[in-house]
Amino acid sequence: MFTEEMIESITKVEAKRKVNAALEPRRMSADEKDEVLRKFHPDYIKEQFVKLEMGVNKGENVPLELADLLQGKSRIKASSVNLNSPTYDVDVLVIGGGGAGSAAAIEAHRAGANVLVTTKLRIGDANTMMAEGGIQAADKPNDSPEIHFLDAYGGGHFAAKKSLLKKLVTEAPETIQWLNGLGVEFDKDASGSMLTTHGGGTSKKRMHAAKDYSGAEIMRTLRDEVLCEGIEVVDFSAAIEIILDEKGHAAGAVLMNMETKELCVARAKTVIIATGGAGRIHYQGFPTTNHYGATADGLVLAYRVGAKLLYPDTLQYHPTGTAYPQQIFGALVTEKVRSLGAKLVNKEGDVFMHPLETRDVAAASIIKEVRETKGGITTPFGEGVWLDTPMIELKNGEGTIESRIPAMLRMFSKYNIDIRKVPILVYPTLHYQNGGIDINTDCMSDDVENLFVAGEAVGGIHGRNRLMGNSLLDVVVFGRDAGKSAASKAKEVTIGKLTLAHLANFEKQRTDAGITSKTESPKLLPHYAREV
Amino acid sequence: MSANKMVHVYLMGKKYEVPEDLTIMTAMEYAGYELVRGVGCRNGFCGACATIYRIKGDQELKTCLACQTKVEEDMYIATLPFFPLVKKLYNIEDITPNEQLMMQLYPEIYSCVGCNACTKACPQDIKVMQYIAYAQRGEFDKCAEESFDCVMCGICSSRCPAGISHPQVALLARRINGKYLVPESAELKERVIEIQDGKFEDFISTLMEKPVDEVKNLYNNRDIEI
Repeated sequence: MFTEEMIESITKVEAKRKVNAALEPRRMSADEKDEVLRKFHPDYIKEQFVKLEMGVNKGENVPLELADLLQGKSRIKASSVNLNSPTYDVDVLVIGGGGAGSAAAIEAHRAGANVLVTTKLRIGDANTMMAEGGIQAADKPNDSPEIHFLDAYGGGHFAAKKSLLKKLVTEAPETIQWLNGLGVEFDKDASGSMLTTHGGGTSKKRMHAAKDYSGAEIMRTLRDEVLCEGIEVVDFSAAIEIILDEKGHAAGAVLMNMETKELCVARAKTVIIATGGAGRIHYQGFPTTNHYGATADGLVLAYRVGAKLLYPDTLQYHPTGTAYPQQIFGALVTEKVRSLGAKLVNKEGDVFMHPLETRDVAAASIIKEVRETKGGITTPFGEGVWLDTPMIELKNGEGTIESRIPAMLRMFSKYNIDIRKVPILVYPTLHYQNGGIDINTDCMSDDVENLFVAGEAVGGIHGRNRLMGNSLLDVVVFGRDAGKSAASKAKEVTIGKLTLAHLANFEKQRTDAGITSKTESPKLLPHYAREV
Repeated sequence: MSANKMVHVYLMGKKYEVPEDLTIMTAMEYAGYELVRGVGCRNGFCGACATIYRIKGDQELKTCLACQTKVEEDMYIATLPFFPLVKKLYNIEDITPNEQLMMQLYPEIYSCVGCNACTKACPQDIKVMQYIAYAQRGEFDKCAEESFDCVMCGICSSRCPAGISHPQVALLARRINGKYLVPESAELKERVIEIQDGKFEDFISTLMEKPVDEVKNLYNNRDIEI
């Protein structure tokens, strides 16, 4: 299974394991972090970004691949859609069936709104389902929401929109309670006290988890609740354009059946974009931990109707994507592995950094270790460094891996790698869209009335880097709040005449800006089929 | 690693030659399929890619997740992108977590014939029949623990002669366990009340109003719990 070079290196890792496990590596200074980010983080590679030539964010830098989609052509002409006979006519339209969309649907429904959830794959097919490590909340006596705020604000390079971050941290404990009340199982001790650990960049142990299926446990429970409450869900139905009314307010969406390509209209008093992230865009050619449907659709939909984006130039590369074997290349190795005591070591078996630096710093440090220090281990399709998983049981006792990170144990055991006995090879992988649509504390765009956003499609909650466990938190906090706000707003909305005139305007802006690309957007799904 | 070695697989009965180190899912894409159904997280968490296969010459019908399984020579592959599980509706606030509950909602679990086909078919190696036995006895905590790694792909139910929707039974057991059986966190409850009472409001507001250099200083010198 392993190459000879790997086996030789593993011997060195084993020889130093006991010493390494006991080590408390030094954390980097602020200046050291800045330097490693500047030199090695993919967000800092200038030629990978381009200025937008049109739209609300004109003149701002975004990744090349995103610019192509944001400035792309609509998939349809306004004339191919009959706006006069909507198939669905509801109070609140939720676009996306992940954690944020489901939480929004539940709260909007409970607030008395008639809700429709539309999703391009199945409800629950989302990055939420794949989140492994945990969810943050400051509920321990030695912790508090303002410490949580400081950790997240600093970890995000002091760029977070403070009003949103405040919401995130102060609503966190109640969110955990709400989830627990729905029946989400959290790791607890016999008395009911939450078992919590560190994540990268946390100063207190506030990472709550459900083994390493934290997101799956939350997602399957939210999905069950959506179904139990009788909320209408339409699967395999992608929103491809937002519909406005004559006042320029969001008033529905054009939906496309993913299998038959049939178009239909959903009219709604308020619209919630909860379409998630963008890993399947494969920025800079990186592999991704993300779901098949993570293609930045919400950003495209919103941009086309004039909603501003915040920090669309910053992505999160998770430090520990699987570097070997090939079948799971790029797959997430949860940060919880490091929270439980595994350290990052190079080919000589030496620890080269503190394992719980923030994700951007950790990813940049691994890239540095491989490119500059030459401490990487060669694989048949790249390089990686060791994440020394056997340290976990050395530190916490036998059985810890099976009880706390069973998904990791299973994922590698399918390829005959027993992570209790041998370390695993990791390298950064595209994980999270830090930026997104700019919203106010009611979760609504300031630019487009009645357009709400929740989850990974939002920009600014975390600033320019996100801490582990703050995304599962934000999808539920902002999902619920968006649902409540959208339902409340719907009560005072009278929809005007529906229009798609903005499509022609957008096309004109493209022409005026001299954009000739034929790319159609939103992308909806990546193209992995081999040309045959 | 011999990257170029090829194997033969039969996708829905049609023969293709694909590299041997691909998963079933990537082999389908190699063959030219643009997937919409039967694909989801591609990491073994979502259960979208339930798959049935048989190796030529073998009697046994095998099951797996397409994203988590390597192709083999002479593999006959059929995908199962959707399975009609029975999902009963309930209000989690109103239910009483006792043995009668399963009898009311999922009475078919008592028709289990003990064939163990569910367990044999589970791609997550869960003891499915065992957790159904726990559910029958109203032992929701054990059912929850045994079924925890379920991705709800539905393969177990596709093999069940009694028509049981195992993943839905397990999900109900886990919700009951999470909500009613495991003790609540007293610290969490306390903290929620403190926040509602506005205890931290001033601290956060003060922090938010500080000049950024002061906040940077606080951040760079904060205590980190060991």
